[in-house]
Amino acid sequence: MMLSETKSASGGKLPKFGVVVFPGSNCDHDTYYALRKILGFEVVFLWHKQSALDNCDVIILPGGFSYGDYLRTGAISRFSPIMKEVISFANKGGYVLGICNGFQILLEAGLLPGVMIRNESLNFVCKDVYLKIENKNTVFTRGIKDKDTLKIPIAHGEGNYFTDDDTLQRMEDNQQIVFRYSSNNGSTSNTFNPNGSVMNIAGIINKKGNILGMMPHPERSTDPVLGKTDGSLILKALANNILN
Amino acid sequence: MFRVKVLIKRRKTILDPQGKAVEIGAKHLRLNNIKNTRIDKYIEFDVDTKNKKAAEEEVNDYCKKLLANPIMEDYEFTLEEV
Repeated sequence: MMLSETKSASGGKLPKFGVVVFPGSNCDHDTYYALRKILGFEVVFLWHKQSALDNCDVIILPGGFSYGDYLRTGAISRFSPIMKEVISFANKGGYVLGICNGFQILLEAGLLPGVMIRNESLNFVCKDVYLKIENKNTVFTRGIKDKDTLKIPIAHGEGNYFTDDDTLQRMEDNQQIVFRYSSNNGSTSNTFNPNGSVMNIAGIINKKGNILGMMPHPERSTDPVLGKTDGSLILKALANNILN
Repeated sequence: MFRVKVLIKRRKTILDPQGKAVEIGAKHLRLNNIKNTRIDKYIEFDVDTKNKKAAEEEVNDYCKKLLANPIMEDYEFTLEEV
């Protein structure tokens, strides 16, 4: 595969991804497939009851309905044994990507600010959306050339991101809003907001820049057979950026 | 042992889409005076200790760390010796 450019200067190592499997995760295999079969990266599953992160360079909290979404989405998984290690890894600057339910878990764990509430429409929304890349200077987006919007599907019932005005302002000042729901040419009007998220927020990063949470599923937009591959741009950018 | 009843309420400033939707049902029933419907959580459990103070501490811990999300919810509870 065309991966030679992702080799690091320090020994030609490709990044190793770890996909955490919680009871009720259902995008873990899709994420594994996208990373391994489509992009050719090294990837392992990490069972939520283990505490070792197996020397992974990136930890992915995948989509799904961990613990049946009981109590609040992500609220119970946040206390799974592996999360203690993930939090410590993240606090030391390790790269963590939370997708959909993974994003909800990151919010519950306090690794990212804000909360997720039920979609404004009360409907489960499953469709392709466009995301405007608001910050191209993160480890997850740097190097995405020629595109200001990405076509990536969403599939969630609780993706209505909310936070208070002060936090929003702080996030804007620090350029922590990475993706916003938009039209294909980047208009972020309310018409293109699928769930009621404040400011059309689809993905945010922590201030330090190593933890990204996003509701859309990049792993579902990697295989050309499915007619869209913009998600691979994020995963490839991440792999390239952490090795350089 | 204590029987605990916890009420978890989402802050008024945060939209409650469920409450809003249910209220549409009230309109369909022509219950036109119904306003401000909010759907919150009620949880019951027991704390197996004789010490009331210890029980309260454990309940607070449970509420703060897991049952409620302090970013968007407030909680209140009652203890009853059983």
